[in-house]
Amino acid sequence: MADAVHIPDEAETRARWGGFAWTPANAEQAKVILARYPKGREQSAVMPLLDLAQRQVGNDTQTQGWLPVPVIEFVAKQVNVPYMRVYEVVTFYTMYNMAPVGRFHVQVCGTTPCMLRGSDDVLAACKNKGLVKGKTTPDGLFTLTEVECLGACANAPMVQINDDNFEDLTYDSTIAILEALAEGRTPTPGPQIDRQVSAPEGGPTSLKEMVSENHDYRDHWS
Amino acid sequence: MLADKDRIFTNVYGFQDWRLAAARMRGDWDDTKALMLKGQDPIIDEMKASGLRGRGGAGFPTGTKWSFMPKEPKPGKPNFLVINADESEPGSCKDREIIRHDPHKLIEGALIAGYAMRARAAYIYIRGEYIREAETLFAAVAEAYDAGLIGRNACGSGYDFDVFVHRGAGAYICGEETAMLESLEGKKGQPRLKPPFPAGAGLYGCPTTVNNVESIAVAPTILRRGAGWFASFGAENNRGTKLFQISGHVNKPCVVEEAMSIPFRQLIDEHCGGIRGGWDNLLAVIPGGSSVPLVPAKEIMDAPMDFDGLRAVGSGLGTAAVIVMDKSTDIVRAISRISYFYKHESCGQCTPCREGTGWMWRVMERLREGHADVEEIDMLQEVTKQVEGHTICALGDAAAWPVQGLIRHFRPEIERRIAARKGGDAPLAVAAE
Repeated sequence: MADAVHIPDEAETRARWGGFAWTPANAEQAKVILARYPKGREQSAVMPLLDLAQRQVGNDTQTQGWLPVPVIEFVAKQVNVPYMRVYEVVTFYTMYNMAPVGRFHVQVCGTTPCMLRGSDDVLAACKNKGLVKGKTTPDGLFTLTEVECLGACANAPMVQINDDNFEDLTYDSTIAILEALAEGRTPTPGPQIDRQVSAPEGGPTSLKEMVSENHDYRDHWS
Repeated sequence: MLADKDRIFTNVYGFQDWRLAAARMRGDWDDTKALMLKGQDPIIDEMKASGLRGRGGAGFPTGTKWSFMPKEPKPGKPNFLVINADESEPGSCKDREIIRHDPHKLIEGALIAGYAMRARAAYIYIRGEYIREAETLFAAVAEAYDAGLIGRNACGSGYDFDVFVHRGAGAYICGEETAMLESLEGKKGQPRLKPPFPAGAGLYGCPTTVNNVESIAVAPTILRRGAGWFASFGAENNRGTKLFQISGHVNKPCVVEEAMSIPFRQLIDEHCGGIRGGWDNLLAVIPGGSSVPLVPAKEIMDAPMDFDGLRAVGSGLGTAAVIVMDKSTDIVRAISRISYFYKHESCGQCTPCREGTGWMWRVMERLREGHADVEEIDMLQEVTKQVEGHTICALGDAAAWPVQGLIRHFRPEIERRIAARKGGDAPLAVAAE
């Protein structure tokens, strides 16, 4: 339920990003991406190339990146389609940022399965650490977004921060994660309670042999 | 309880390595060539005989779907397999576990399914937010290429087959099969009008079958153990094993593979440590992901968890994403939040959905606080009927059904809130969370 984004001034954006080009490593990666699709179907590469570009902008700015108009134009040229065909992709998918974000993009899931397990507490923790939905903190560290279901419902409530999930959260564990990030530490992703991924808390009710060895159940096939 | 030896996803909890060497020790890629040598049509027949119904929600028989593909692709029009890993239905989190812990089951399944349907390649469309999961999947595909399991002369079978991974970027609608094809072609993900169906003209205008991750990943085990083994689980017409995902107000939420048709009570007691606060504290369950109607406690408790059993209580199995709500739940808010989800995710192409999802959410928010007239409940019901069945894809239906389920089962609670707001004599429900 984020507010409308504030898109930066166009002249400023063009001055900063008008000369955007791939880094040598990303130029190689772009070739790998394009090779996944049949000849003549380069447009299929639009989404992965936009992701690559956003990540490069992120690296350049020490943030999670965004897609300034000149960067979108650059991607459009890569796949030889009109700018507007790419711009409409950027605006359609939520993971493309239309405006700058912070170093940490805190994406709290607020959909019903997380809501039932306490996503209100997670959002309250964010609020109490000064994070405001749809905004970046003045120090540029955190951008808070309430997002829709991220597909970790058996480990609700959860937050995705940059490329990692933090799951089975409480108010306190959310505070601890945000403080760790602010202090430059790296909190451990995954469940924040004593639990192996999506197995029941306290240990699995099935497949217990697998806990300690790579068990081959074929011996028991009849 | 389903015996461990009959579980397909033995590394579902990731206690062991997902990589090729470990996966092989668990039985993946064991003489895949021999499975392929059964022949394309016999593979499809075996899948039909197994009774497997699609695990992505609609429950269409998988083997039958494969049989719709052209047996002799025309030059320049290769067949494609597209694997739907855009797991985004609220409550669903099973494909994630397959991809990050048992990816080789999926890749081997892709080869076998692709071979059976005479496909040239598979594209696995994984939702963009599954970032670490996609990293694992890319790496697993690379391992399979390096080992000669896919690519040219896959598994020494003489069949050439490529597997590509394509990441989405955050759009629930791309889980709809034709929206997924649009997205794969580099466009915004808006569903296509059908016909033509994908089996006739799908990806790049070529014959295409879209299957869910779980449907594909179970195929190798079904072929190894035989259709009869798979069909020995579950009720007639609801065969097999299934990954259930239980979230919400149970003591221990989890993902677990069980036999189809397992009674709800048994599923919760054996794997989830029971309902939070005991069985008397159960209010309602959304048994198949957010788009199916909720079922009140007394109707769900002993219902079999399968396609037909849940249809009999006015709901559906969907993806077997079981969202449990106890009596502390603000049930109107729980459903209103789902309405917000559909408003957010509507692609905007069809007017009933574009306008209706926002309209339904706004009215739901007023009902949540009782700021409404009783007649508006009927008006909301009427609007859900205007949306339902009047859109290109099923998102309109999916937005309408949860609201209809709420009105059907909890109308007195909605009316109580309206009365409380007006008269001030009945206490307002206090939100639990």
